[in-house]
Amino acid sequence: MLSAILVMILLGVVLGAILGYASIKFKVKGNPLVEKVGAVLPQTQCGQCGYAGCGPYAEAVAKGEAAPNLCVPGGDAVAKNLADLLGVEFQPVGGSEGAGPKPKQVAFIDENNCIGCTACIKACPVDAIVGASKLMHTVLPDRCTGCELCVPACPVDCISMVPLEESIANWKWRYPVIEIKKAA
Amino acid sequence: MKTLHKFHGGVHPPEHKAESNGLPIAAAPLPRRLVVPLRQHIGAPARAVVKVGDRVLKGQMIGAADGFISAAVHAPTSGIVSAVDLHAVPHPSALPDLCITIEADGEERWIEHQPLDYLAAGRDAVRARLRDFGVVGLGGAVFPTSVKLDPCALKIGTLVLNGAECEPWITSDDRLMRERAAEIVEGIKIMTHLVQPEQVLIGIENNKPEAVAAMRTACRDTGFQVMAVPTQYPGGGEKQLIQVLTGKEVPSGGRPANIGVLCANTGTAYTVHRAVNHGEPVISRVVTVTGNVEKPQNFEVLIGTPIGEVVQLAGGAKTGTSHYILGGPMMGFDLNNLATPLAKAVNCVIAASPALFPPKPAAVPCIRCGQCAQVCPCSLQPMELFWFSQSRNFDKARGYNLFDCIECGCCSYVCPSHIPLVSYYRFAKSEIAAQEREKRAAEQAKARFEFKQLREEREKAEKAARFAEKAAAAKATAGAEGEDPAAAAKKAAIQAAVERAKAKKAEAAAQAAGQCDVTPMAAVETPAESLSPCPLPPTGEGDLEPLRDGSLNPTESP
Repeated sequence: MLSAILVMILLGVVLGAILGYASIKFKVKGNPLVEKVGAVLPQTQCGQCGYAGCGPYAEAVAKGEAAPNLCVPGGDAVAKNLADLLGVEFQPVGGSEGAGPKPKQVAFIDENNCIGCTACIKACPVDAIVGASKLMHTVLPDRCTGCELCVPACPVDCISMVPLEESIANWKWRYPVIEIKKAA
Repeated sequence: MKTLHKFHGGVHPPEHKAESNGLPIAAAPLPRRLVVPLRQHIGAPARAVVKVGDRVLKGQMIGAADGFISAAVHAPTSGIVSAVDLHAVPHPSALPDLCITIEADGEERWIEHQPLDYLAAGRDAVRARLRDFGVVGLGGAVFPTSVKLDPCALKIGTLVLNGAECEPWITSDDRLMRERAAEIVEGIKIMTHLVQPEQVLIGIENNKPEAVAAMRTACRDTGFQVMAVPTQYPGGGEKQLIQVLTGKEVPSGGRPANIGVLCANTGTAYTVHRAVNHGEPVISRVVTVTGNVEKPQNFEVLIGTPIGEVVQLAGGAKTGTSHYILGGPMMGFDLNNLATPLAKAVNCVIAASPALFPPKPAAVPCIRCGQCAQVCPCSLQPMELFWFSQSRNFDKARGYNLFDCIECGCCSYVCPSHIPLVSYYRFAKSEIAAQEREKRAAEQAKARFEFKQLREEREKAEKAARFAEKAAAAKATAGAEGEDPAAAAKKAAIQAAVERAKAKKAEAAAQAAGQCDVTPMAAVETPAESLSPCPLPPTGEGDLEPLRDGSLNPTESP
């Protein structure tokens, strides 16, 4: 009887010590869910969700403060993935189904009209615009995420968004469809 | 004699080699205009180094290799550059790509030939020569040979030369080996010098006895072994040929170099020889023109010749030609524009007619017969890959080793339901590749965004530190040198004003206490007055400071 109690107490102490040690030693820093949410987001940093970039939005979503269907560039695909990740019901972006991801666009600066004010350079969240004061600026299309934040920043409206054209470098094989033959 | 091994699966489609392998390789006449695509190899496209109006010589570099995995392109004849723009290129997408158009002057003036003594020159010099002379793998993948022959840290035990040519209809390697075996062997010697293998195996399918004999004769006293391998599609697949010759299987997701094997096409060996020993870049290749044409034959055609003219070399297409196929019928793709130029990767042009290539009946549902799995040379499960690709379940498809599929088309060939299986795999592969690209772009964007934030914060902190330093310095000078008379006067004035305000306030307070009457003026004045003696510059002004020396003020120029 006594020995049984002692054994149980000993076990409790030893296991408690192990658990206590493990909780300190293997403590997970930060919320791992934030990373996962961030990996799903397109990282355009456009702020269309109402947060200052994808990082703050990911944090808000992970905490349950923001709905998972606010990412406009990601569209329903991202909203669906986020809903799956969080285990909540999927709600389409903008309230109605079919908000597919926007066709990928990049900013384009009309260099003839650019006055070199550097306003867009400051607005660009990913440093995709190069240029200097009173010299024309240009967008690095490979780095542009298409967030459109530079468009309102331009005082002379010389920035436009152009859809990314299909080229051999980004061409994809189509889903095989069986052609329906015309009835003779 | 070394024993041969077997690979899994494979099919035996009708060979159709006899149509075109009877006649020798004929030289094609010079076309009037040549269109040379800048992207003729895997990796970064070449960078144009000529401009419109430039006069170029035959063999002159017109596009330089751009990046490590890249190769140069050259003018196929002498003439004048008439355009550097988008033009149709041989690609399944039928999208245009950047090309250099040359109007031939008919003089065929060559650049100066500068052979390279590869035994004396360093290996890096030989590789640089291959890269700058546009040598790429002519077996179909057009991988830059200079990169392939870079042994890096991997030890290459076996060099495999691929002369199997397993695709039906194509006979260009066959004719090349029959007619130019000695030159191919010279090229193999250069490759051997670069990678130092222990053995060299040349694999040729046994339906080409003349080529085997010619290569055996040429390889006498070299130690290279010419081996006739059983004819079975896709026996000319890199991994399949390696397995047949060495018995070793390339691991899933790996490259032949992982098992100490390097595989190159015999046609590539020929161009290596021409580039190194003769100083001739890759400006032409042997092409089989066959199918529904008058006189099927192999031709040595300049790169950039319009396919329509290539077809004319064989007497033109016969009536009933419905379309053209570039490459073989198993792995090739349909051509939709006869103005498309010939590129280094194109080894065959087939004029197709409904009689030769009857249209496939409509696909019906998969019956899970498993025939595709029996013929798959990569031992995959094509039916599973099909299910997952069809339902866009890409992770699952990947889990079933989709990327080990070589798209040989054996599964589609045997499918009793006529399902275009390879089309599904290609679709799934390119979707996964696009997803990966997007993911990489997102990661990069995140890193750039975070760096920008970090930089902005750092700049803010630096600015604050600068002001604090300045203020401290001002204070120190004020303390050390005694008070500057003007400053002292100002300070006294401020002090007096503060005193006045205090007196006023006290007065007002007394009045308020006495009469219960609030003086609004005093209440408003007080905070404004009490702020003025602050020794630090007001923060609002401080924030504007960088604008004075910075970029924003248009009245000042640097």
